[in-house]
Order: sequence, then C-alpha cells, then structure tokens
Amino acid sequence: MSTPLISARDLRVAFDITRPGDMPWTKPRQLHAVNGVSFDLMPGQTLGVVGESGCGKSTLARALIQMVPASGEVVWQGETDLLSLSSQRMQKYRSEIQMIFQDPLASLNPRMTLGQIIAEPLRTHRPELGREEVKSRVARMMDRVGLLPQMINRYPHEFSGGQCQRIGIARALIVEPKLLICDEPVSALDVSIQAQVIELLQELQRELGLAILFIAHDLSVVKHISDEVMVLYLGRMMEKAPADLLYADPQHPYTQALMSAVPVPDPQIERNKQTIPLHGDLPSPMAPPSGCVFRTRCPRAVEACAEEVPHPGRGRHQCACLFPGPLTADEVA
Amino acid sequence: MVHDTQRMDAIAERMAEDEVAGRSLWADARSRFVKNKAAMFGLFLLIFVVLFALFGSHLAQWSNEELDYNVMGVVAQEGGPSMANGHYFGVDELGRDLFARTVQGTQVSLAVGFVGALVAVVVGTIYGATAGYVGGRVDQIMMRMVDILMAIPYMFVLILILVMYGRSMIALFVGLGLISWLEMSRIVRGQTLSLKNREFIEAARATGVSGVTIIRRHIVPNLLGVIAVYATLLVPLMILTESFISFLGLGVQEPLTSLGALISEGAGTIAYGTIWQLGFPLLFFCLTLFGFFFVGDGLRDALDPKDR
Ligand SMILES: Nc1ncnc2c1ncn2[C@@H]1O[C@H](COP(=O)(O)OP(=O)(O)OP(=O)(O)O)[C@@H](O)[C@H]1O
Ligand code: SF4
Ligand SMILES: [Mg+2]
Repeated sequence: MSTPLISARDLRVAFDITRPGDMPWTKPRQLHAVNGVSFDLMPGQTLGVVGESGCGKSTLARALIQMVPASGEVVWQGETDLLSLSSQRMQKYRSEIQMIFQDPLASLNPRMTLGQIIAEPLRTHRPELGREEVKSRVARMMDRVGLLPQMINRYPHEFSGGQCQRIGIARALIVEPKLLICDEPVSALDVSIQAQVIELLQELQRELGLAILFIAHDLSVVKHISDEVMVLYLGRMMEKAPADLLYADPQHPYTQALMSAVPVPDPQIERNKQTIPLHGDLPSPMAPPSGCVFRTRCPRAVEACAEEVPHPGRGRHQCACLFPGPLTADEVA
Repeated sequence: MVHDTQRMDAIAERMAEDEVAGRSLWADARSRFVKNKAAMFGLFLLIFVVLFALFGSHLAQWSNEELDYNVMGVVAQEGGPSMANGHYFGVDELGRDLFARTVQGTQVSLAVGFVGALVAVVVGTIYGATAGYVGGRVDQIMMRMVDILMAIPYMFVLILILVMYGRSMIALFVGLGLISWLEMSRIVRGQTLSLKNREFIEAARATGVSGVTIIRRHIVPNLLGVIAVYATLLVPLMILTESFISFLGLGVQEPLTSLGALISEGAGTIAYGTIWQLGFPLLFFCLTLFGFFFVGDGLRDALDPKDR
C-alpha cells in the first residue's frame, strides 16, 4: 500500500474559554472543538468531511496547518509530523497545502486587485520569480479557472460569488499544492453555481493530481466528489467509510439522520423516503454529554450509551456507535 | 481628545465590512463629500490658507525681517494696514511687516500641524496595528503603556521639554509627536482587532505570509479611511496646542514665529490701539482651524453615512 499524503492520528484541539468577568488567574474552561480525529488521505483522492455547523470542521482544517494549537499527529507523506514543526520549517509545507474558504468575497482583500490576490502565494513562496514570470503564471491560472484576462486589475467587489470562488481557487493552486483544503467552498453559492465550482475542482484535481479535503455541512454536496466520507459530531468522528459504502449502507444513527435530510431528486423515492428527524438542540460543546456525545438526540440511545464512549474501530467502514446497523422500522418517524 | 471612538469604529466597520468596499465606497464618499456644503467650504478655506502660506511671500512688499524706520515709534498712528506703504496688514510694534509675518506664522503653524499629524499617523498606525495583530500578552503590555502615557498631563511634559531642550522647532516637533500618536494607536488597534479575524487575513496566514507583510499589505490599506479622517482632525489640534504653548511664551523663538506667537504679541500690544496686530493673525488662525474641522467632519460623515 502506498503511503498516505497526509494522515492524522488522534488529532485534538482545545480552546481556552475565558468568560468576561474572569480573573486572570482563574483556570479557563476548555472547549474541545476537535476530539480524537484520525484519517488518512491518499494522493489524488478526496476526503469529504461532513457535520452540522459548529462541529469542528473548520477547526480540524486549521489544525492541520498549524493555524490553531493542536495535539496528536499529522504526518505528511509518511515522514514529517507537521504539528511538531517550528513555524519556519512549516513554511515549506504551507505552499504544499493550500486552502479555499467558505465566504468567497470575505476571503479576498477588498483593497487588492485580482492579479495581486492571485499572485500573493507566489510572491510569498517563490520570491525569486521575476515580475514577468509571475504575470504569465497568473494569466495562465486565470485562464485555467475560467477568469477573463481583462479582469486582472479589477477589485473583488466587482465579481459575483462564483467568480470570487474561482479567484480563491486560482490563488490556492498557483503554487501547485499537493493538498487542497476546501472549507465549505460552495455553501455560500447558488445551487447552479455550486455544481460549476465542484466540477471545476474535480477537473483540476484530475489534471493536477491534487488531494482534496472537502468540508461541507450536508452529505449531498460531498457525495460525488468524495472517495471517502467522514461524519463529525461535536468534534468527534461518528462514522467514516468509502463514499459508496457510506451512502449505500450508513451504520451510524447520526449519519442516517443526516442522510434523511438530503433531498432526493426522484419524487417517487422522495415521498417514500424514510426520515428520522433530529430531536432537540445541539448540546453545548463546552459541556458535551457523557459517553456517546450523540446520545441526547439519538433515537437508538439506551442507558449504556451514557456510560461508555463508543470507539470507531479500524478498517474500511468505521462507526463510533455501540449499536451500529441500518435503520430499524421504529426509528423512522 | 475630541473624537468619539465610537464614531470611528462605525466608519471603520463600514469601510471594512461593507461588501462593496473598494472603489465604490470611495466614489460614494466623494459624492457625499462634494454635496456637503460645510465640508466644501472648509476645503475652500484650507486651499486658500495653504496658498497663502506657500505664495504669500511673493505678494509681500517687505520681508519678515526688515524694519520699516518710517513707522517705527509711531506704529499706533502710522503702522496700520495701508496699500500705500506696502504694509497690507500693517506692522508690528518693531516696524516689521505684519503681512510677511503672518505668512511666516501660517507656514510654521501648518508645518507644526502636519508634522504632528504625520508622526501620529506613522507611529500610531504601526504601534496600534502591531499590538492588535500580535494580540495576547504583547497587546496587553503595549496598550497599558499607552494608557500610562495618556495619564501623564501632556501639557506639562511638553512645557518641560521646551524648557529643558530650548525652544527650538525640533523640540516642539518631538514634544507634539510624543503625545499625538497615543489616541491614534488606540483607534488603529481596535480596528485591527476586528479586521484580524476576517477570512482574507486568515487566507494570508494560511499561505504563510509573514506578520509584518500582513500588517502592511492587508491591514493598513483597509484602515486608510479611518486614518485619513483622524489625521485631518488631528492637524488643528496640534496647531491649537502649539498656539497655546506660544501664547504662554514657550513656543517657537524669534525670528521664527507662529500664528499663536503673533496672536500673543497682538494681545500684548492691544492696549496701544494696534488692533490689526491681533486681528490678522487671529483671522488666519480661525480660517485654518475651521477649514480643518469642517473637512475632517465632512470626511467622517462622507465615510459614515449612517446616523446623520
Ligand atoms: N478561536 C476559537 N476560540 C474559541 N472557540 C472556538 C474558536 N474557533 C472555533 N471555536 C469553537 O469551536 C467549535 C467548532 O468551530 P468550527 O468553526 O470548527 O465549526 P464548523 O464545523 O467549521 O462550523 P461551521 O459549519 O459553522 O463553519 C465551535 O463551538 C466554535 O465556537
Ligand atoms: S452509541 Fe448509543 S447514543 Fe451513540 S449513536 Fe450509538 S446508539 Fe446512539
Ligand atoms: Mg467552518
């Protein structure tokens, strides 16, 4: 088996939360935004990460590139633990791992022109390149993502959301990264534009052999682009499996609940679809439930679930549930 | 000082968060500014004052150092404003041409104002942006230092500096510069804090752009509006401060003069009936201050159309 491009082991991120009136010496409370997540991502493959808002998807992505302090291991190409690198030595990997963001417009500096924005990573990582060379690379990249050459001196607010996301993609790919982290890249876009952007990403992935970590908050978006899908809940991994397996045969009640929220294009199936609604609110991440974190909303929960933390196990299809299995009739609403 | 930080926050927020930031914001602001009568009047005053300071000496018949022996000793009777002998604004009690003196005083006052504001802009921006961007303990320490410096009565310090190091222009610039940047650094730091968590800053950090470059390339350009407004309002404050010092007799030294020094002289001799010695410097002093305040307020309103 080949070595993964990036593999995370027991990744944890905890934020110190100080409330406004706290004294400087009071011990801050901790928020475990990411709690023991592991995954492997092969070169050229796509891992989808799905979960509700606030479950720690962005924090997971940030942890990989030292944007937030994290513990655990993030091994790059089987050799380097990215988390242990000094910020100087990390610099080299920052060009190999690039990121695109949820809000396409907000991720572009309003005072910079499109050309300056796309060139920034090049200027940072390849300062030896001459002005002409940078220009021609930017031009090629713009062409590649479908931006017209005459747009180069325009400012971000003059573009639509879809175009802004193309600018973001061009900026990320100009330094020829090996891994592209997409943090909800299409959530803010119209449905028709979403498809275009995802298609563009897939095309570029095939062409450049990119690995993609694709974050989304619903399962339908990642369905076609992912080779493997990981479902997060309150910072923990609930289920992870190759995409076809996960969509065909979800084992975890949370995945099943998410799945039932996905609209199916065929009205016949849509009508007969089994749905399990998620009851109640997301618990506060400051005080997650004991045992299985999903138990407060799980239709299958029993007393044992409050006692024991379920482990995802190993293998192709991992599921962190004490009672994994397909939906049963009485769980369907 | 006279600026309410809240208003500044509002402007900066609009500048930073409005999705149509960039050019259209400036175009918007320009049209609002042009429609603002007080602001345009202020701009007109400012242009007039600056032209007077720059080119007034070409119009003067006398230099600011020559003594006119014809009117010496009879200043109260013969030294009034007159086209005939070339003393448009009259002469001072030594027989020097008041027009030339006023030109010179305006030059010095403007220079003091600009230099003070420039120091505030440069030092305050760098200091505030650094504190805000680095954050954490560094920010705490840097801002506590500003608090401490602000707690010192600055007039006292300024007077002390002028007394200790002589009444030179340099000492005056240093003294004004020392105090002028404090408020600016606070404003810039506050805005930096809110900018820092925006996604484009995060994008730059993720790519590995260094902190210094992020401040220079991403933060400062997005604060230019606030800085411009604040700097425009700071210039007249500096001029006022200098005038106050000069009025106390501690400002610039002869043969240099400033509007404040001229006003002080004029006030001293008013008992002899030489009203023009007070009137003309005071007129230019007021024109300058009004100009700056009107333009500053206009800029502020133009950049922050909310609540008017
Ligand atoms: N810098 C921070 N300091 C403190 N808490 C944080 C910080 N960043 C994130 N959190 C908390 O960590 C949790 C996970 O946040 P995160 O942004 O990773 O969620 P997300 O899954 O990306 O959500 P969304 O879909 O809304 O983007 C949230 O409860 C959030 O409040
Ligand atoms: S462990 Fe229990 S509570 Fe958690 S998902 Fe499985 S059945 Fe539900
Ligand atoms: Mg997020």
